Amino acid sequence: MSTLHYEIVSPERLLADAEAAMVVVPGTDGDFAVLADHAPFMSTMRPGVIAIHGDSDSTANERLFVKGGLAQVSPSGLTILAEEAMALDSVDADDLAQNIANALEDLARASDDIEAGRIEAELEWMVALQDVV
Amino acid sequence: MPSLKDLRGRINSVKSTQKITKAMKMVAASKLRRAQDAAESARPYAEKMEKVLSGLGAAVAGQAGAPTLLAGTGKSDVELVIVATSERGLCGGFNVNIVKAARAHIDRLIAEGKTVKIHCVGRKGEIILRRYYPELIAGSTDLSAVKWVGFSDAQAIAADVLADFERGDFDVATLFYSRFQSALTQIPTRQQLIPAPITAAANDDDLGDDLGGAVYDYEPSEEDILEDLLPRNVAVQIYRGLLENAASEQGARMTAMDNATRNAGDRIKDLTLVYNRTRQAYITKELIEIISGAEAL
Repeated sequence: MSTLHYEIVSPERLLADAEAAMVVVPGTDGDFAVLADHAPFMSTMRPGVIAIHGDSDSTANERLFVKGGLAQVSPSGLTILAEEAMALDSVDADDLAQNIANALEDLARASDDIEAGRIEAELEWMVALQDVV
Repeated sequence: MPSLKDLRGRINSVKSTQKITKAMKMVAASKLRRAQDAAESARPYAEKMEKVLSGLGAAVAGQAGAPTLLAGTGKSDVELVIVATSERGLCGGFNVNIVKAARAHIDRLIAEGKTVKIHCVGRKGEIILRRYYPELIAGSTDLSAVKWVGFSDAQAIAADVLADFERGDFDVATLFYSRFQSALTQIPTRQQLIPAPITAAANDDDLGDDLGGAVYDYEPSEEDILEDLLPRNVAVQIYRGLLENAASEQGARMTAMDNATRNAGDRIKDLTLVYNRTRQAYITKELIEIISGAEAL
């Protein structure tokens, strides 16, 4: 069986460049799975978990949380431009709860709509992360 | 004529200066390597982003209702000039060169009757710019607590800039930084951030295998993706500028300190020569005194 070549790139570095059987990507309009020879496709991502399935077994062997970004499936493979990606087990649930509380406080104090919008965007990914942790 | 003791003191002080400049040069060299690595590892993301954007942008640019980050606000009356410099000195002409390029641009804009706002990143440039345009500085970012610039630093700057743009505070944004070419040469560079320039050069054939060759499905629509990517692109461009700047700064410092070390070496050589001459002169003088004293008896 042919494998799918995938790359995960963050602004700071290349996070992963490997082969997998299947990668499940949290698209803005819903999760989608990419297998080898997928049709060319481009989607933005919502905050969520990228699951990488190494071989044909059913469980994901790697799960990464991304804050959002862009997934591009081209004939040469899957490229994920992730704003920030972290391994799920490196997340501290207490810290996260604290951050969410802080953000909510900031939101209450926000001076105008633009700033409030910015904080809401921050909140969105933190809540999404809390859901999966 | 200076006394021997004076000369010895001077030689010693130059020697300790040389030790410091040499150490700084070596520190800069190792930091340069790290900064270059950081710049290198940031490249894939920026390149991919550019490819996707130019592909999408070319399709959407001409249409009405294109995002303002791409198409602009339709005027260019107010320009935000972001000047990225270093936090520390002793790096030769690094900061001065960036500021010089920025000033030429700002003066031209002012001559054209446009309003200019300046956002400074880095303390050194701010000090110089504040002297020339005290009333134009709209904001500044202090990175002195940051050892290695991360994407989050660039994101914070971008968030400020984008919020101001949405409020309609300016129409055009440009970034000044120093592009790293080698440890010897850094090129002060101007880059337009808003509206995002979609270059024809990035749209060349090597795009073919990535975008042009296949018909893509978009989810959500092309416009929505573009809308999502453009603000992100601003952060990426700023991040790239900051990384280039960091590498340039270390390169400039390395060169400056190398020159200083060499200069100190020359000074030591000169002073040692004077010292030896003076010492000989003293000995000769003393001998003459003894001999002429003996002859007089």
